[in-house]
Amino acid sequence: MLPFVVQRVLTAIPTLAIVTVMVFGIQRSLPGDPAVILAGEEQDPQVIAFIREKYRLDEPVPVQYVAWLGQLARGDLGVSMRTGEPVTSLILTKLPVTVQLSLLSILVAILVAIPAGVIAATRKNTGWDVAGTVVALSGLSIPNFWLGIMLILFVSVQLGWLPASGYVPFFEDPVDNLRRMIMPAIVLGTGLAAVLMRQMRSSMLEVLSQDFVRTATAKGASGWTTIVRHAMRNALIPVVTILGLQLGTLLSGAVLTEQVFTIPGFGKLIVDAVFNRDYAVVQGVVLFTATAYIVINLAVDVLYALLDPRISGGRA
Amino acid sequence: MKRHLFRLLLGTALVALLGSASAQTVRVGLAEDPDMLDPDLGRTYVGRIVFASMCDKLFEITPDLEIFPQLASGYEVADDGLSITIDVRPGVVFHDGTPLDADAVKYNLERSKNLPGSNRASELAQVDAVTVVDDDTVRLDLSEPFAPLIALLADRSGMMISPAAAEELGEDFARSPVCAGPFQFVERVAQDRITLERFEDYWDADAIAIDAVEFLPIPDTSVRLANLQSGDLQIIERAAPTDLGIIRDDPDLTLPSAASLGYQGITINIANPEQRDDPMATDPRVREAFELAIDRTVINDVVFGGEFIVGNQAVPPSSPWYVDDYPIAERDVERARALLDEAGYDRVAFELMVANNPQSVQLGEVVQALAGEAGFDVTVRATEFATALDLWEQGDYDAFQVGWSGRLDPDGNIHSFQTCEGNLNEHGVCDEETSRLLNEARVTSGFEARYELYEEAAMRYLPNRHVIYLYHQQLFFPHTASMQGFDAYPDGIIRFQGVTVD
Repeated sequence: MLPFVVQRVLTAIPTLAIVTVMVFGIQRSLPGDPAVILAGEEQDPQVIAFIREKYRLDEPVPVQYVAWLGQLARGDLGVSMRTGEPVTSLILTKLPVTVQLSLLSILVAILVAIPAGVIAATRKNTGWDVAGTVVALSGLSIPNFWLGIMLILFVSVQLGWLPASGYVPFFEDPVDNLRRMIMPAIVLGTGLAAVLMRQMRSSMLEVLSQDFVRTATAKGASGWTTIVRHAMRNALIPVVTILGLQLGTLLSGAVLTEQVFTIPGFGKLIVDAVFNRDYAVVQGVVLFTATAYIVINLAVDVLYALLDPRISGGRA
Repeated sequence: MKRHLFRLLLGTALVALLGSASAQTVRVGLAEDPDMLDPDLGRTYVGRIVFASMCDKLFEITPDLEIFPQLASGYEVADDGLSITIDVRPGVVFHDGTPLDADAVKYNLERSKNLPGSNRASELAQVDAVTVVDDDTVRLDLSEPFAPLIALLADRSGMMISPAAAEELGEDFARSPVCAGPFQFVERVAQDRITLERFEDYWDADAIAIDAVEFLPIPDTSVRLANLQSGDLQIIERAAPTDLGIIRDDPDLTLPSAASLGYQGITINIANPEQRDDPMATDPRVREAFELAIDRTVINDVVFGGEFIVGNQAVPPSSPWYVDDYPIAERDVERARALLDEAGYDRVAFELMVANNPQSVQLGEVVQALAGEAGFDVTVRATEFATALDLWEQGDYDAFQVGWSGRLDPDGNIHSFQTCEGNLNEHGVCDEETSRLLNEARVTSGFEARYELYEEAAMRYLPNRHVIYLYHQQLFFPHTASMQGFDAYPDGIIRFQGVTVD
């Protein structure tokens, strides 16, 4: 087991190294000079020169890269050129926001998709099924930002039920937090719900045609017992797999949703940083995300290896 | 029973979810997130809006642009214009309780001049020395007379920060600024909010009736407006002209506005014409033909619903500094064609760079259509702002639709763009006589004398048409009807003196 883990950790190192080179290089190959942007309207040459020197922008890119690696080695992600805030604290304040938004939207998606999928499958080719399919297709095709603005106009402006945008930390005021997160979670969850509902419907149909369902029915189990106890549990397996695969899509969808609802999350952080050419923030966020991705993958691989010893190198 | 309890809980939760209350806090919707909250380092317009609530200045302006002392209590300019004596308002304290005296003023002006990266250094370049005369008096010695100085001290250069806090916090000052304004800094969550609360020991406490101010950056104009309509915000800046109908129809909203000090126009790159082989750069007749081909009123009507102010100079027609002898040219397609003929061109093609937002692109397209009728083939190049700035800095463009947010003194709108050595003269214009006139206007005092210099300079640089001024924004600050006593200012800054909320 240990050699397997060591081997996986060793392969992760070059991957991370490539990520650092790419994020550093791509950033600097974009047009747009951070010093010029930061200097604002006045474009004072002395200010521009000062910013270049302070953030070492006047040095050759490889030198800047090595300096950044040195910083990283000390666990320092640098500071935002725009606001002077440390990148680490920016990441730590923004991450929980996006994680909460993603979890809530998964919850929304599951609450909608599972029952809808089951109903559509059990009432195949009826009005329910058609309605479900139409709703799912609309969910997939409606753009996030449009749905978001429509919800704001209807729910917040017309009805005045919920705040139009903004964010309050959960631990500061859980009620206000949820009031502000409901609409974004619905918007972000809609696309996911559509995908899950379609998957739920087809896998339900497949399971319902299998022998054990017929056996259960033959043994006298009532219709809903068969569906919930026997068919649904089995049908959920591919749905959970799809849910996992959709997590990446969810995070990128969060970028748009956060923009519309002005939620200060990870997505908004990186989008604003890219537009401001705030190098340290973009680098920090991308590196953090890549590392998290690699670590999670590593953990999953290790978990698989624990569950199935054949994976860790055929010593079984 | 259990079910009842559940229902009760659910009901309570719903009521809590749907109801909201906040007392005497004004929430302001900004179009962007401000940058460094340090008056010497701040570079953004939205930053100035936040500073106005937090950091008082030596001087302040009225909505009619009259300058009056704020943290100063009076001033006197020496006859030779080489020194200014400023009386410091007695009894003022900073948010940390330290006194604002002559020493503090000296510290501030020196910091503005010397802090590495200070954006104010060039504004105070003429200030040679600051001397403390007594506890309540400082004297500024100048290298040459500098007429715009008091106007600059009515902006960020004149904002006073606590020397004790500045020394203690160093580079971190911008993260918890300490000034002497009506509200003190509480917290900032990047991209989310900046919270300020009323400063109890404010020197002009009677003018402040609200308890707290929160600034929320909301870049999308429709979302910003929706927040105002839903009552989540009390005031927003930069409402889109296309939304004004909705705002006027809403009985719960009020719509004050003021004509901006700034301008918008098309800057034509006349530098290195040989390399670019561009008739727009080489021949003033071609630029004149272009100006005659466009119609400012049509642009204003089509793109801005007629809400902005058409103009042809660096200051709006309503400004006392406007040169009446150079009126806005009427559109004249025939004359434009004739000028092109005279210059030896059948059609002239060039690229117009605009910011990639719907309004700028639309403006570009209207210009394209109008100029097309007179023989110009304009390609509209929508460019992301950071990239556009880069291309502008490198001189890699034909024409650029860009503007300037405007300054109180006309010097701020003209000098950097029209003098040979100007910071913002990236378009490569250099007329020694214009430079001389504009430099002289800086060291001359008195409106009449300065006006003559600006007029003479304008009659030189305006006909060259390397900047074709198009319009001046009308700045709209829609707010809830429950907020009263708010005045819109031409500098676009939101001030809370005299504002009450029901």
